[in-house]
Amino acid sequence: MPERDVKLTIGPQHPMLKEPESFLLTLRGEKITDMTVRLGYNHRGIEKACEQRTYIQDMYLVERVCGICSHSHSTCFIQAVEEIAGLQVPKRGLYIRTLVAELERVHSHLLWLGVAGHEIGFDTLLMYSWRDRELVMDILAIISGNRVNYGMNTIGGVKRDITPDQIPQILTAIDTLEERTKYYIQVGTEEITLRERLSGVGKLSKEDAMRLGAAGPTMRASGVNRDTRRDDPYGAYGELTFDVITDDHCDVYGRTLVRLGELMQSYKLIRQIVRSLPAGPIAVKAPRKIPAGQAISRYEAPRGEDVHYVKANGSDKPERVKLRAPTLANVQVVAHMLKDGYLADTPIVIAAIDPCFSCTDRAIATTNLDDGRKDRMVWPALRTYSIEWYSKQGINFTELNRKLRTMRESN
Amino acid sequence: MAEALFNIFVFPGFLFVAAFGLTAEYIDRKLYALMQNRIGPPWFQPLADFIKLSAKEDVVPQHADSLIFKLMPIIAITSILTSFFYIPMWGSNALFTFKGDLVVVMYLLTVPTLTYFLGGWYSRSVYSMIGAARCLTQLFAYEIPLFLSILAPAMLADTWSLSGISEYFSTHPWTILFNLPGFVIAIIALLGKLEKVPFDIPEAETEIVAGAFTEYSGRLLAMFRMAIDMELVVGASLLAAVFLPFGLHYGPAAGFALYLVKVLFIIGLISLARTIVARLRIDQMISFCWKVIAPLAFLQFLADLILKGVIK
Repeated sequence: MPERDVKLTIGPQHPMLKEPESFLLTLRGEKITDMTVRLGYNHRGIEKACEQRTYIQDMYLVERVCGICSHSHSTCFIQAVEEIAGLQVPKRGLYIRTLVAELERVHSHLLWLGVAGHEIGFDTLLMYSWRDRELVMDILAIISGNRVNYGMNTIGGVKRDITPDQIPQILTAIDTLEERTKYYIQVGTEEITLRERLSGVGKLSKEDAMRLGAAGPTMRASGVNRDTRRDDPYGAYGELTFDVITDDHCDVYGRTLVRLGELMQSYKLIRQIVRSLPAGPIAVKAPRKIPAGQAISRYEAPRGEDVHYVKANGSDKPERVKLRAPTLANVQVVAHMLKDGYLADTPIVIAAIDPCFSCTDRAIATTNLDDGRKDRMVWPALRTYSIEWYSKQGINFTELNRKLRTMRESN
Repeated sequence: MAEALFNIFVFPGFLFVAAFGLTAEYIDRKLYALMQNRIGPPWFQPLADFIKLSAKEDVVPQHADSLIFKLMPIIAITSILTSFFYIPMWGSNALFTFKGDLVVVMYLLTVPTLTYFLGGWYSRSVYSMIGAARCLTQLFAYEIPLFLSILAPAMLADTWSLSGISEYFSTHPWTILFNLPGFVIAIIALLGKLEKVPFDIPEAETEIVAGAFTEYSGRLLAMFRMAIDMELVVGASLLAAVFLPFGLHYGPAAGFALYLVKVLFIIGLISLARTIVARLRIDQMISFCWKVIAPLAFLQFLADLILKGVIK
């Protein structure tokens, strides 16, 4: 082992990472002495784009914040809009929303299990859990017509109803999945190498989890008993019974057990929902223009608590939309968990928060390489900068802009 | 002269070992896939990979030591191939044999790991250097148990030549049962030598990209991959010769078929091992090898010593 400090950059492109993000590790031998995280490679300006589109368009845009928990973001956004508009969503609509939410949690947690297996070189677990994930993906495709961006939500309810012949299909798939999940729990608790690799890795005490503001399974695996579904019920959760899974291991092993336990709870919830699906309409008609007001909406996404803030100004477009994806809450925790850990544990510790970096990036700050100055641009400055940058490349939009303006005025 | 050239380049030399190595890789990947509920690659996939890589550009990193970087894959292939000539395949006689060839084979099989280390170290990339350091760290962990577990049968047979060991055990078939624990130890140590899960720490993809091979591309990478495939075959042949020396007197054809079965059986065991476990951490691997595997190998060695006294 080289005894001097080695600086190892992981990312933005690295086999460990599914999305671009940069981690700068300082290593002494195999031990990590220091680590910095750089976010911002995926900033897509979604919040700003939301302000320039109508609520209906935003619904689709927000659904595309994340490729895995797409329903979470769209529900969270719509809940805020419905609260401002004072809409009462029919019960059947709420139940169907909750059903899709739980199916999404199942597919997200199975996906995580596979990724975790891959990060510690246990590809068999990846192949098995992703094979089983196909079952729930198929169910989602049957219900909504899509495998990832379901497009189930609409302001005031849901768009598609659950037909009676879909219910047995859902139940059969859930039965199979429950059996398989029991097998994974057995593998997780009995397979020696798996337990060796996960136990004691990425320690996060209860105090640290509270202090650093961890979210979701990462927090619950540190013994913090908190779940938005129970603490601040939305959708149909207030009428359903389920347990909040917590664990006292405070490490990656605990996080695995929490996610596997949550899978079992999700199956329980899905069964309750399809068996007690109330009759009635699935949506109410929503106005095109939302009255002025503001609302914060909370939602327990598979990765943790998702928070959306919407401010309406009486027009058909929101004045401000703020999203906070759960990964943002957990990413500070990673740096803490990796301190004094092994290089070999980096992939699994990062993967254990189930990161979704693309969802997280809300801002970008550039560092000037010449003088180390950090720049942040406000909207008009960014606009001026882009016009100048393009005119340097020989592309001029002035003429096009003028034409567009005359077209608009003549209309 | 012509016969020697034929032996070196065609059979049982380079062409045979290369073809067998590619087949072994295919069988390993196919079994791995089937056990994981996948379809797996078609039979020509390893060959296609080899041809594709050979057709690509060789990129030598700017700061790398060009000579060592280019030389290492060739040395790896050569040393593996050389060691193969001393391993008996059918019958109990290898192509070449002399007193003490066991030590030479073990030595030649250590050389590839050293070439991975040197190739990685002189690539001057952080990932390669960490991978290279892990290669060497791991070498010290698995080499002792592997040596001890192979020396135990040699001790019992009272010879340091592989052909001699085969000959002894084919005449005393029941004594080989006594070495079964040694066989298991040798398989575990071989997993470390071949850098397969759970001991694929030097090339742990999710941590250090491809470890020592990160900077390799084109023909050089193709050669390294060929060397790894050949190492798989040679390692399996070595274990087959030492631990499964039965059916050696049925003539060349049957003997050769039996040899293939034995090697494929060992490859099957390796695939099974890497299907059912996760990758260990380097510190866990070292403490496992030194605290569990090495003492067991030593016990096996002692047991063989005692058995030898009882027999004589």
